[in-house]
Amino acid sequence: MSEAAPIPLRVTTPTVRQPAVARNVTELSERAKKVAAIDVDFFYGTHQALHGISLEVPENCVTALIGPSGCGKSTFLRCLNRMNDMIDETALKGQILLDGIDIYQRGTDVVELRKRVGMVFQKSNPFPKSIYENVAYGPRVAGIKKRAVLDEIVEKCLQQSALWDEVENRLDDSALQLSGGQQQRLCIARALATNPDVLLMDEPASALDPKSTAAIEDLIFELKSNYTIVIVTHNMQQAARVSDQTAFFYEGHLVEVGSTTDMFTNPGEKKTEDYITGRFG
Amino acid sequence: MPQIAATEVLIASRGRCNLRTVFEGILHAVLLACAVVSIITTVGIVLVLLLESLQFFRDVSVWEFLTGTKWSPLLKPQHFGILPLFCGTFLVAAGSSVIAIPIGLGTAIFLSEYAPPVVRDIVKPLLEVLAGIPSVVFGYLAVVFVSPIIKELFPSAEVFNAASACIVVGFMILPTIVSLSEDVLRSVPRSLREAAYALGATKLDVTVGVVVPAAMSGIMASFLLAIARAVGETMAVTLAAGATPKLTLSFFESIQTMTAYIVQVSQGDTPAGTLEYRTIFAVGLTLFIFTLSLNVVAQWILNRVREKYE
Repeated sequence: MSEAAPIPLRVTTPTVRQPAVARNVTELSERAKKVAAIDVDFFYGTHQALHGISLEVPENCVTALIGPSGCGKSTFLRCLNRMNDMIDETALKGQILLDGIDIYQRGTDVVELRKRVGMVFQKSNPFPKSIYENVAYGPRVAGIKKRAVLDEIVEKCLQQSALWDEVENRLDDSALQLSGGQQQRLCIARALATNPDVLLMDEPASALDPKSTAAIEDLIFELKSNYTIVIVTHNMQQAARVSDQTAFFYEGHLVEVGSTTDMFTNPGEKKTEDYITGRFG
Repeated sequence: MPQIAATEVLIASRGRCNLRTVFEGILHAVLLACAVVSIITTVGIVLVLLLESLQFFRDVSVWEFLTGTKWSPLLKPQHFGILPLFCGTFLVAAGSSVIAIPIGLGTAIFLSEYAPPVVRDIVKPLLEVLAGIPSVVFGYLAVVFVSPIIKELFPSAEVFNAASACIVVGFMILPTIVSLSEDVLRSVPRSLREAAYALGATKLDVTVGVVVPAAMSGIMASFLLAIARAVGETMAVTLAAGATPKLTLSFFESIQTMTAYIVQVSQGDTPAGTLEYRTIFAVGLTLFIFTLSLNVVAQWILNRVREKYE
């Protein structure tokens, strides 16, 4: 590591330490609220997985959800595009607003919602189709049929996900031939192809080697100028590197939320401090 | 000296040890014998088929057998062209597939993608029941129930006709298609469905665009296995399809399949050892090669599917 460049600090304005929920992050709070959860309870059958979560996600920022396994961060993430609807016997109380509109109110078009709120999963899950068809899938189900338009979307999204140069000449090859890191970037390209506002990422780099992880993190940093990103991660360093805002979940409760720099340098709660310094979890 | 003590114990227990070894040996031999019986049986059957067929092909050339368009070994003048029987078998296999494949695939997709667990718990055992109905029952149902309906709808139809056989055989092979296809559909990883849903796909998009294509090879294999069953099906076609070897593509005429011909000769007065008698071995061999290759291809496809998801 002789020529290791100093890690560029992604500075957000540190704020004065305040009690957890009332903590007011100036720069983040000035941004438009893209997604807002208001007092969300979530149940798997009779088991309550989330307790009164209220969280605001500012536009064009990366919000990291951290916490030990089983703390509810993935469940919360999946509430944001109603992915939990597909699991039987689940119920949600409270409101989740996307641009001020409750996505859980009656008559919400879930299909439309999921086009606006894209998702990248923990394990890369490309369809057993060609690279091209993977990216074109979203636009196709949205009704785009013109080959020229699809070509353009595929190229743009693969470029955005920094994969274009590697696959440019083999778009018709099976996506399953790509390496793990490439597959995950393909999944990101696929999610971008529906042109979402919000991108949810459920531990997108947890199954990848350090180099691919770095590529994904760079990508997240690039993407946030156009997208609002919510990322679940187990990796504290990753949360510190990529996110602007961090929310710490513990046993279904939101313990603390605040600007990342602030939270990592000056945690407001003992539990947060213990977790991010690696004393448990 | 504990080591010597241990050795003494070993020597002392040698008698018991021997007994145990003998017992293990016997067990091994018995189990081996079980395995050998089934292998020998298989080899024996194939050998008999081959030897008797060889005898047959001394009198009738393979060329004549495979390309002749008339089959009348029991009547003078004798003709030994298997094409009419092959055509009968083909008609039944094709006709039953036309019925079983759409219904079977539809049922499988419904069960795996759409049906609530309660419905699945009711339908799956019912299909097992369907699979358990003896084929002879299907046979006389075809004659007493399906055939009159066909005659009503198509007055030109004969009493014994390929159509009624096709319909009942179609229902016989339905459980094969449904249960195998449903298995492969359900083995499509949940993550693929979630990926598609997360892209704003509707249930129909996910089913038609992702799940079914991902399971396609397995579905194909289920079709092949079902067709192999239809080809080998005997009782229902013997009862329903008639006994008239005919080179025809009409579903409303009386035909004869390879299997039905074998039944006809086996139960009839044809003396053993004659040329007429040996025809059933030649036909049996043809049938065997046919169904074996269908099964082999289907198994090969199914194994490839398993590898893909494991």
